[in-house]
Amino acid sequence: MLQRIRTAPPRYWLVAIVVIFFVGFPTVISSFQTSLWTQALVLAIAIMGLNILVGYSGQLSLGHGAFMALGAYTSAILAHRYKLDYLITIPIAALLTGLVGFLFGIPALRLSALYLALATFALAVVTPSLIKRPDALTGGVQGILVIQPDPPQFAQDTFATVTGTVMSSDQWIYYVALFCALLLFWVAWNLVRHRPGRAMRAIRDGEVAAAASGVNIAGYKTMAFGISAFYAGTAGSLFGLATGFVSPDTFPVSLSIQLLVGAVVGGLASIPGPLLGAIFAYFLPIESNQWVPSQAWIPAQIASTVKNAGPAVSYGVVLIAIMMFAPNGIVGLVNSGYAALNRRLRGAGDRETGQMPPDPQTV
Amino acid sequence: MQEFLQQVVSGLAVGGIFASLALALVLIYNAMGLVNFAQGEMAMLATFVAYALVNRGMSYWIAFPVALVLAFGGGIVIQRIVIRPVERAPILTLVIITLGLATLLNGLAGFVFGYVPRSFPSPFSAQSADVLGVFVSYRDLGVIAMCGLVLLAVYLLLQRTTVGLTMRAAAHHPEASRLLGVQVSWMLGLGWGLASAVGAVSGIMVAPILLLEPNMMQSIIIYAFAAAVLGGIESPLGAVVGGLVVGVTINLAGAYLPFVGGDLQLAVGLAIIIAVLIIRPNGLFGRAAVRRV
Repeated sequence: MLQRIRTAPPRYWLVAIVVIFFVGFPTVISSFQTSLWTQALVLAIAIMGLNILVGYSGQLSLGHGAFMALGAYTSAILAHRYKLDYLITIPIAALLTGLVGFLFGIPALRLSALYLALATFALAVVTPSLIKRPDALTGGVQGILVIQPDPPQFAQDTFATVTGTVMSSDQWIYYVALFCALLLFWVAWNLVRHRPGRAMRAIRDGEVAAAASGVNIAGYKTMAFGISAFYAGTAGSLFGLATGFVSPDTFPVSLSIQLLVGAVVGGLASIPGPLLGAIFAYFLPIESNQWVPSQAWIPAQIASTVKNAGPAVSYGVVLIAIMMFAPNGIVGLVNSGYAALNRRLRGAGDRETGQMPPDPQTV
Repeated sequence: MQEFLQQVVSGLAVGGIFASLALALVLIYNAMGLVNFAQGEMAMLATFVAYALVNRGMSYWIAFPVALVLAFGGGIVIQRIVIRPVERAPILTLVIITLGLATLLNGLAGFVFGYVPRSFPSPFSAQSADVLGVFVSYRDLGVIAMCGLVLLAVYLLLQRTTVGLTMRAAAHHPEASRLLGVQVSWMLGLGWGLASAVGAVSGIMVAPILLLEPNMMQSIIIYAFAAAVLGGIESPLGAVVGGLVVGVTINLAGAYLPFVGGDLQLAVGLAIIIAVLIIRPNGLFGRAAVRRV
């Protein structure tokens, strides 16, 4: 009989703590901080999409910023020109981007990993100029303003009864993003531990072997692209909502690199990874920009350079270092630390059952 | 007609620049089956070195070879420190590492030299010569000549010298070469150095046209990708032909297709990449890949 793939059991109490933390968090921080965390959550959604594609199905995309741009502009155009409610445009944008991603995945099937990386990287670099051109539709260089909605009555009432304060627009958008993030993380978690997830991992680890075992290679690879783009489209749409405008320069090639950094740092092929990676990739430049100028011993001139060049340097160092020394990211480090601790405490195997601790590398 | 020919000539000049960078990509691809996403940023850094040297009062014609030698050394150092430890890693890992390298070098250049665009000297006069009724600027001619010289030098090095033979052997049959006493790892290092120097030529040639700043090579690397893919990514000759074709194509498209204009030329590069990959993934000169199962 085939042995079940052994994974570390999900720690539900940890999930509950994280969810409660994120739900309660915006009631105790400032409105500005809340909007920062909204963007971090949005980034986490996009990184989860990238993680499904790169981490689970093994196809490298360096152009997920382009899918985010598509989602953001779909929502912004629908809301701005056709006066739709922005919240209704989010699923429309996500579905459209998902469809485009699915179609993009079909020619991508023929490409080796290297060529796919190359083509998507070129796409990411070209995206801003592609957006600028149809300026009657996209507003050209100026972009489109997104009106941030006021919280609806039921949300205001609930918020007022629980916290006793008035819910701000930023807080409402935060909860919208949190809802989407929770939903999509839950979907991703279900996806990867069932048949599609096993199929994608099989393709990633050995395409020929997977095909021989009856896995529909083309189907699952394009599906991974579609789902991944769906996530990116949702994130793009929410990004427009969170920042209040979309413009070509919102989606530079560095956004795609930021997504990749987040996916790699958090840990590819893991569910908590994208959240940790997003927090890292989003707050590293912001925090360092605040910290460096506040240090008196750093000369002002260097401080201003660090502000410009710091994110690129630190992202580059982090990407190289993680790939070299900890290819499974933060999650991998935590898991192997936990396993080492377990071995230290319990000896090589579990005394009662004689089982070895589960291998943290098995995802 | 005359204007058309002028566009073709200036297309050949930028094409020579793309060809140099594409050749650098091909050299590394042949050595280890990897597209080096950091190639453009390495060239940009070498150009900044040349700029610093010229700014210190060094003559252009001394600063140019000195910058190439430094780029050569820099390429070897990068291979030794960053690439060698992960030589056998999966391709996904390698691509992410070169992308990290690109980001790091870009940031370092911004850190040291800042983001203000600087004008870079050109050794060629800005005047034009009348060649059979077509006005050709000396700059374009000079760039074509320089790129041609470099490509010829690389060809001679790889095909006519023992070092070149050893490098090719190490790239094609690493195991057999190792048995024959070739230090394969150092040959890879030499390959990185050579690629870095060849790429640096493209940076130094393009800097007078664009302005020198850390993001200068971001569009050039896309055209170089297009050139390398068009030529078949393992063929040095293909990279050169591909570079020239891409250069002329984007110039003509920019001049004659009204909806392309100046700002969608980069999209033409993307279109070339995608079209080649879908229609003929092996490019013009590449061999069909045989996969052993």
